[in-house]
Order: sequence, then structure tokens, then C-alpha cells
Amino acid sequence: MKINEALEIVSQTNSGMVRSHNEDSVACEPSCGLVVLADGMGGYNAGEVASGIAVSVVATELCQRLLGESPTDSDDVTGEELGVLLLRENIQKANSSIFHASQSQPQYAGMGTTIVSGLFYDNRVVVGHIGDSRMYRMREGTLGSITRDHSLLQEQIDAGIISIEDARLSKNKNLVTRAVGIDAEVEVEIHVHDVLVGDIYLLCSDGLNDMVEDEDIQSTLSAFQSNLPLAASQLIQLANDNGGRDNVSVILVKVKGKFVVPRGWLAKLINCFRK
Amino acid sequence: MAAKLILSMDGAVLKEYPLNKERMTIGRKPHNDIAIDNLAVSGEHAAIVTILNDSFLEDLDSTNGLEVNGTPTKKHFLQNNDVIGIGKYKLKYINDQVTQSTAADFEKTMVLRSPVKQAAPGVSKPAQPAGFTQTQTNVNKPAAAEPAADKTGKLDAIQPAAPAASAQVAVVQVLTGSNAGKELELIKNLTTLGKPGVQVAVLTRRPHGFFITHVEGASHPTVNGTPLSDQPHQLNDHDVIELAGVKMEFYYKG
Repeated sequence: MKINEALEIVSQTNSGMVRSHNEDSVACEPSCGLVVLADGMGGYNAGEVASGIAVSVVATELCQRLLGESPTDSDDVTGEELGVLLLRENIQKANSSIFHASQSQPQYAGMGTTIVSGLFYDNRVVVGHIGDSRMYRMREGTLGSITRDHSLLQEQIDAGIISIEDARLSKNKNLVTRAVGIDAEVEVEIHVHDVLVGDIYLLCSDGLNDMVEDEDIQSTLSAFQSNLPLAASQLIQLANDNGGRDNVSVILVKVKGKFVVPRGWLAKLINCFRK
Repeated sequence: MAAKLILSMDGAVLKEYPLNKERMTIGRKPHNDIAIDNLAVSGEHAAIVTILNDSFLEDLDSTNGLEVNGTPTKKHFLQNNDVIGIGKYKLKYINDQVTQSTAADFEKTMVLRSPVKQAAPGVSKPAQPAGFTQTQTNVNKPAAAEPAADKTGKLDAIQPAAPAASAQVAVVQVLTGSNAGKELELIKNLTTLGKPGVQVAVLTRRPHGFFITHVEGASHPTVNGTPLSDQPHQLNDHDVIELAGVKMEFYYKG
């Protein structure tokens, strides 16, 4: 099955009930199996600028490269798989674009963004993220987060200073320890996960998971799983009904079939002629 | 404004201590930050670790132990108005930064970053150490604490007041078919009706009432004879829903 037939992708973003403008950005490229979501921060409209740069750099640059090359190829220099390498490099490229813009334009000083992105190919997903935007996976009816926030609170949880139950009461929410565009260099956290048919992947900004408990996200996804656009609007409505204190964005990816990258001499030969 | 502890005995306030250090100790010996000269208090009785706006109380293996709000405890994440009991003494924890935030800069995500290489002019974000171990050494700079304080929860003010609809019990009663007469109380926020693959609708509870949404199936369910659009439709008391040939009535109980 081709990647754009195997995946059903919907996205929705909303400024919430309190904020006047939306600093989140989303991009979906079904033809190359890529989804990107970013939650910008910074004064005036700098947050929108940062998240906008991040998603457009990653989406356009990565899809451009994948026109001619297969993500399963390995890189000549490092031997690393191209899909993994491209995702990391392009997030780093987004980092330097934002950093340079904020250095050269005083009104953008200090802007930054979180990012979470998934590149689907060959029955796998490469997940790259920085900051506290998350990717969840619903498999066989159970929802779990497959990214770990780069936030002060998560570090405290990891260090055993605060329990997960107590963390809900913490006054130190929304302090991220890593962000795109703040420094000249950034480390991208990358993981590769196997994908099964029937999985639903949810990428969201903290406007969703701060306002809606994981159990409610799970029950919404299972009730609406046969109608993805409705599921997305229902999740946003849920966040807004609970107060909607932040921008809310969601991307939903449903895996409808297997998607294997063709291998073997024939595929390579065909690919050769295509170039 | 930093959080503080108010020391009292038998209802009489003795002293106030601002929590302006990362770690403060409570004990009988004079070198403690909060020294309580009483034999029921151990030499080093307890410590309070403060990280930005959160404070944690910890028992330092004291002889007579600690209580928080009357419950003996070894370790506790302090919340505003908690009362720590040590012998006859009470320490009340006050952290009311919530009231000082303005709606505008409320809950903005901020970056905690490693010390800046070059201080860019106009960058209002305080330079803060990344990583937890480093965080412990520097966190109590007032500059660092303030923007964080702006973001704390004004949740109660913003959350819509619970309207009557969500407090009332709503019921769907089946009117026709083999299950006629059966009642389904809508306790959960989401209730799925129908058969997956054939026709499914979802009932959602929202602050201002119940809504029905068509999720899948070629034909849409009807409410009082009118087919639903693709949008959620608000249900009124005694609406009749028809789904996959089965009629049911929605109403509020009591």
C-alpha cells in the first residue's frame, strides 16, 4: 500500500478560549508520510513566526529530499538510515533558521518553539521532538505517550522528587528545558517505533494535555476512531470546555494498512529510471 | 513574592519565615534556618526544599516526627495553607502567588536554558540553568521566580461555572425493538450508541448540555424525525432519537 493510502491524517488547530492569537503551527504531508506540530513562544507575534518557520522548514526540506531518495537508504558518510538522519538534520536546520532570525531582528529576540514530528515509512515511525509537545499512540484501545517532555516537571518526576499524581498540582508547569531556536545548537530526541495496522497516533500541543486528562483523550479517540475529523474537533472542544487556557492543536494519524518500502533489484531498477 | 511559613503555638503567631533559600532546615539547634527551641523538636528535624514555586517538606529522621494537616508524614509536596505540625508548634505554608498573575501573560510556556553565551539585548527571559542538578543551585533568584509566578493557575476564575445540565442526570430510554423499556444513564462524558461498522453515534456531555454526533454509517440518525447533519446537535429534554431503526428518548431525570 502506498503511504498516502495507508495513512489517514487530519489536523486541527484553535486559539483556545483565552488567547487572542494562535502560536501553534501544524503541517501534514501525506505523500511523504510526514506530520509536524510546533508550539511557539515569544512576545507579540514572535511565537507564531518561530513555530511557522519550524514546520515549514521541516516539511518542505524533508519532502524535497524524499522525492529522489528512499528513507530506508543509508547515508554514505555515517551509515545512518536516511529517514532518521533527515528528520534530525531538518529540525536542526529549523533551529538555526529561528535562531538567526531572532538574532538579526530585534522584534523576534528570544523567540522559540517546541516541535514534535513523525515520519512514517516502512511500517515504522521516526519520532523527533524537542520541548513539551507530545506524541501519543493508541494501540488496541490503550493510549500512552511515546514522547517524554523536555520540561522541568518531567525532570523532577524522573529524579523521583515529585510523584506523577503530585505533578498535577505543581506550579512549575510550562517550563521547558529544551526548545527550538533558543540557542545556536540543539539536541533532537529521536526514536523509531514499529507501527501496526489500527494504531492511531496523536500529536498535540500542551493546550490539549494540560486541559484534558489522558483517560478522556483515550475515551474520545476510541468513541470517534471511525471518524477522524470529528475526533480532532471533539478533542479541541474538550480542551475549550475545560477552560481552553492555551492554543490547542492536534494531528491524528490512523494506520489503515501496511506500508513497506519496495526493496530488491526490480524496485531499485525502477527507481533508477525515475531519477 | 516567595512563599512563606508562619510559625505559631496555641494560635499565637510567633514569627514569619520567607522561603527564600533552596533548602531550609527546621530544628532545635540554633544553626537551623527555622530554629525552635523546644525539647520535643529534634536537633535537625525537617527540611524544606523549594524549586521555583514548588516546596517539598521532608522529615530528617526526627524523633517525634511531622504532621501535615493532622496526618503523620515523611515527605510532602506543600500546597497553599497546609499546616505542618511539629510537637505543639504549627507552621502554616502560604503560597498565594496565584492571585498576582494577570490574565495576559498567564500560562505562557517559557524556556529554562543553560547560562546564556551572549546576553542579547531585549531578551526578557531570565537565564536559567538547564537540567535538574544545576537547577538546584540557582533557582531562587527573584528574577527567575517572577515570570514563572505569572503563569500559575487562575483555573477557578476561567473555568466555566458548572451549569445545571452537567449536574442533572440524563437518561436515554429505548422505546422500540427487543430492548424496549431499557434505560441507560449517561454518567460518562462520552456514550457510544449503535453498532460499529453499521451506524454509530456518540452522546457527549458538555458544560452546557448533551450533544449527539453522527460518527459512522451511511444513514444519519434522526432527532424528532429530522436527520442529523455532520455537526454535533444539542439534545433537549424528551427528544426522540432514531438510530439503526431503534427509537429512544432522551430526558433529564428528576
